[in-house]
Amino acid sequence: MYTQGLSNPDTAAPAKAAEGAGLAARFQERVDAEERIEANDWMPDAYRRTLTRQISQHAHSEIIGMLPEGNWVTRAPTLRRKATLLAKVQDEAGHGLYLYAAAETLGRSREEMFDDLLSGKAKYSSIFNYPTLTWADMGAIGWLVDGAAIMNQIPLCRCSYGPYARAMIRVCKEESFHQRQGYEIMVALCRGTPEQKAMAQDALNRWYWPCLMMFGPPDGDSTHSDQSTRWKIKRFSNDELRQKFLDALVPQTEFLGLTLPDADLRFELGEGDATKDGARGHWRHGSINWDEFRQVLAGNGPCNRERIAARRRAHKEGAWVREAAAAYAAKQAKQKLAA
Amino acid sequence: MSDVKTPNTPLWEVFIRSRNGLAHKHVGSLHAADSTLALQAARDLYTRRGEGLSLWIVPSNAITASDPADKGMMFEPTVSKAYRHPTFYDVPDEVGHM
Repeated sequence: MYTQGLSNPDTAAPAKAAEGAGLAARFQERVDAEERIEANDWMPDAYRRTLTRQISQHAHSEIIGMLPEGNWVTRAPTLRRKATLLAKVQDEAGHGLYLYAAAETLGRSREEMFDDLLSGKAKYSSIFNYPTLTWADMGAIGWLVDGAAIMNQIPLCRCSYGPYARAMIRVCKEESFHQRQGYEIMVALCRGTPEQKAMAQDALNRWYWPCLMMFGPPDGDSTHSDQSTRWKIKRFSNDELRQKFLDALVPQTEFLGLTLPDADLRFELGEGDATKDGARGHWRHGSINWDEFRQVLAGNGPCNRERIAARRRAHKEGAWVREAAAAYAAKQAKQKLAA
Repeated sequence: MSDVKTPNTPLWEVFIRSRNGLAHKHVGSLHAADSTLALQAARDLYTRRGEGLSLWIVPSNAITASDPADKGMMFEPTVSKAYRHPTFYDVPDEVGHM
């Protein structure tokens, strides 16, 4: 669902020769002209590395993102909720696979990238290291986490790298159901008993701040945004996307009759889209605890170890299936050759 | 376990015919041990919302692609041959639509 651009920027290797510089200038011209770069086209090494890292992190996030929701599949309150949650989790698997395929066009195999996830070398979105404690978390994740993801992903449909942009178009088409099913769960809880509404408020309290963090560090601290912007990988800054998310979130929260857990939340008149009362401006959030964000990224979030342990276990327990399928394919190929 | 490299699984390209009468169109790729599993995976991965009526699976390494560097040599000559298009030819207005 999401790319936070989590690791340090690549230190661009000094251009090898005048030839390299010429190619790089041609490349930038193509990007500036909004041409799409395809897998076989020449591209700077740093562009390839940045995209490999970003797309594979994005893929890992989709795969890890199945775990918090998988936690509630067997305990969904109705058959309808269970079927929709299963479909959503299946979509996340699909999104992971589209993205691995897009990343592979840059030269690394899916298996290598996946091994990096399992070894802890590769990162994924911070949001999936928070626990899903109640059923209301399924509502909050769909509404907030997928909502934030959509904000991030829509501009990626116009990313300069063709295979990534095309994967994102498929993902975005499927993602809007995710947000709607989440909001529907929240609406049902908020129209339910006081206990149910309290459960929805509790979920919102726990997910609000981590969702604001999903957009990544503030623009002043985001080290490799500039280059990504020049390469048209990134179309909006972290803060711009966070602002869009917050402006959409406030009226949706009001409709539910819930309160955002942000004492400093305020409306600032100025530029911006008109609210339903006709006022122009933006909602401003209070200060974000970036130390918590760094801690979660460093592996010290509430569920980091559990998430990776679950993936390792699944990978290990699935090894015999991969081996059996490969052995069967080899046998069939041999028999075909002999016939 | 994570220090053991996972062996690579073959890559396949997936084509879907979205409606009767249309051509199969490339939609993406996937990994599978053989063509039977590839077909099943393609069904799960690329047709969850009624995307198509027919699937083709092709081993990725069976595709021969033109080199982007040869783009000029390969395709430019067709651009300079405007006489291959009907609009190149003048037909008197009196003749009407042709």
